[in-house]
Amino acid sequence: MKEWRELSSSKINDDLLKFPLHTPMWFWYALAGLGLVVGAGFLAFAIMIGGGLQFLGYNNQTMWAVLITNFVFWIGISHAGVMISAILRLTQAEWRRPVTRASEILTVFSLATAMLMPIIHSGRPWRTLYWEFPFDFSRGIFMDIRSALVWDPSAIFTYLLSSVMFVYVALVPDLAVARDRSSGIARYLYAILAMGFQGTKRQWRLQAIAGILLSALILPVFVSVHSIVSWDFAMALVPGWHSTVFPPYFVIGAVHSGVSAVATLMAILRWIFHLDDYLTDDHFDALGRLLVVVSTTWLYFFGMDFYYGLFARDEMELGIWSLRLFTPPYNTLFPIFLLAGYLIPVPLWLIRGVRRNVKAMFFTSLLVNVGMWIERYMLIVPPLSNKQAFPFDWVTVYQPQPIEWVLVVFTFGVVSTGILVFAKLFPIIPLFDIKEGQNLRRVIQVGRRTVPGVVRE
Amino acid sequence: MANEQQGAAPGRVIAGGESLHRWGMVIDIDLCTGCQACVIACQAENNIPINVEDYFVKHRVNQWIRIERYWEGEFPNVKARFIPVLCQHCGNAPCEPVCPVYATQHSTEGLNVQTYNRCVGTRYCGNNCPYTVRVFNWDAPQWPESLHAQLNPDVTVRTQGLIEKCSMCVHRINRAKREESRNGRPMADGDLQPACAQSCPTSAIIFGDWKDQNSRISRLAKGTRAYHMLEELGTEPTIVYLKKVDPNLSQHEATVSHKTAYRPLPVING
Repeated sequence: MKEWRELSSSKINDDLLKFPLHTPMWFWYALAGLGLVVGAGFLAFAIMIGGGLQFLGYNNQTMWAVLITNFVFWIGISHAGVMISAILRLTQAEWRRPVTRASEILTVFSLATAMLMPIIHSGRPWRTLYWEFPFDFSRGIFMDIRSALVWDPSAIFTYLLSSVMFVYVALVPDLAVARDRSSGIARYLYAILAMGFQGTKRQWRLQAIAGILLSALILPVFVSVHSIVSWDFAMALVPGWHSTVFPPYFVIGAVHSGVSAVATLMAILRWIFHLDDYLTDDHFDALGRLLVVVSTTWLYFFGMDFYYGLFARDEMELGIWSLRLFTPPYNTLFPIFLLAGYLIPVPLWLIRGVRRNVKAMFFTSLLVNVGMWIERYMLIVPPLSNKQAFPFDWVTVYQPQPIEWVLVVFTFGVVSTGILVFAKLFPIIPLFDIKEGQNLRRVIQVGRRTVPGVVRE
Repeated sequence: MANEQQGAAPGRVIAGGESLHRWGMVIDIDLCTGCQACVIACQAENNIPINVEDYFVKHRVNQWIRIERYWEGEFPNVKARFIPVLCQHCGNAPCEPVCPVYATQHSTEGLNVQTYNRCVGTRYCGNNCPYTVRVFNWDAPQWPESLHAQLNPDVTVRTQGLIEKCSMCVHRINRAKREESRNGRPMADGDLQPACAQSCPTSAIIFGDWKDQNSRISRLAKGTRAYHMLEELGTEPTIVYLKKVDPNLSQHEATVSHKTAYRPLPVING
């Protein structure tokens, strides 16, 4: 990284703890606005509990649609956190430091939001408890572990728990700083959460080991979660879903949309919190390069999915592809998806000036996620419309209803509210990680040479 | 025996298990006139709510049996073909392993049974059914005032938000078994009929027991016209269709159909 400014520890503390310790007025306006969106979503949920799923555009052929698209989309976004923090931590990429916590938080809240979706979508949400948790042993009620829908919650809960632990371990030193700089009830709460962190050598050692161990342990979970989500489709008998390429395709698609979401989030954070010293153009540059690689790999797997569809020359499979490519409304959605998901942003990211332009990165990464949402929609809905071999019951058009769009917006509201409230309570840029990075950069002049001041163990 | 170890475990029941019966049907497409009497009989027997026009527009029709109608040929030589499609009660059912809460299982008598109380409405089974015979209760079931006394007391009224489908009139089967044990006289083939078979004016739908080698369905299924719907999927349906007799076909085509040539039914094992 060429662009690097020496920052003193106290300036880092002041800058990054400004928002958690002092509340600006706009926070309340933002919270109220997001509260309205979230409230509208819960109202929609309440209406569906009261009146059933008749308000959705679903029918007896298209039994899964927008809500499951949302579910897959948010699980995909959640893959960014681990991609950024665990992989980059293990490979000791220096530029990850300011980005890690924001992406982990994005993981936690998008996972929680994704978990809401299947519950809202089920016919009797108040009964979903014994589907998601094996608790009723005394009555002999247990879920059927043959079902992909049982693998799903277990993978997601594992991922959610390990991400929460991951966030917490990295948060402890910062909580200690926040404790020392706050007063009153906030100090009391931070003191409890900081668990008596004093910054002794042993404590730092344990914290560092826990971080590295968790990064290594979380990686298999990260790969497995979206593979298992893809099995929801790949295990089914529906032509167009029944494909062995789905797990890697879903995982890389998840990384594609997740890293883009991190770029969007970073641009927003930099704009709101004036973090120009921390989230520099170099970070966007690095993310842009990563995205070029990830998205091109994703395109390869997308091509493979298409190719396998044609290669098998299965009549039903070919029918699904012709539905996706040539039948309205999918024939308009398809080019939009391909343009937004790959053809517009990726050539732009090849230009250095675009990667270093925060506004351009914000809009291109947003575009990717528009494309990826449509991709999931195209994966899920068209195969269901023509899934049976007999054309008698084919449904050519499934129309999403207003209540479904409310729920789509609701998910964005929930995730934004979560991140905003987290940023209000805790520093969203890790203080200790930045300081560690600063120390590692310190150089000593020895004669004519410059050597690193600190050597990594 | 494998079946003993399985005990009452749900899922695929191995043929020749402990149960005395393995219920099934033969549907003769040659006899079907597409009159929809079976659809109405099923509607009345199983307390299925009235399908209004809106449901047809939205593809939310609640029918446990439907008559699929296909047109063949160019005008004026147009022919209508009818296939009654109902739950095939597959021996290797795609809907069963995907349900996370065991709401759909296989009974020991070869029926694919739906436990309404357990269903949470994930609708995965509905997606995975290649015959699309599973229907979801999108609306709360409603009947006009005049039909309240018509409801069948033997069948539950399903609430909103769950999947339902053909039960092969399991309440009639249970009643027949109760009567059998009370009378001490085994039921004869044809004594027991589900509503669709009973109402069919041309007797195109024939119900019976595969375990009984001499039952009407066992004899019919041995003919050259017998086939399983979507046999290539390996779902092992318990319902056998008899294909249409077409005088225009050559002798060879009439005996050997393209995909659905008759193979010995893997589940019948007296």
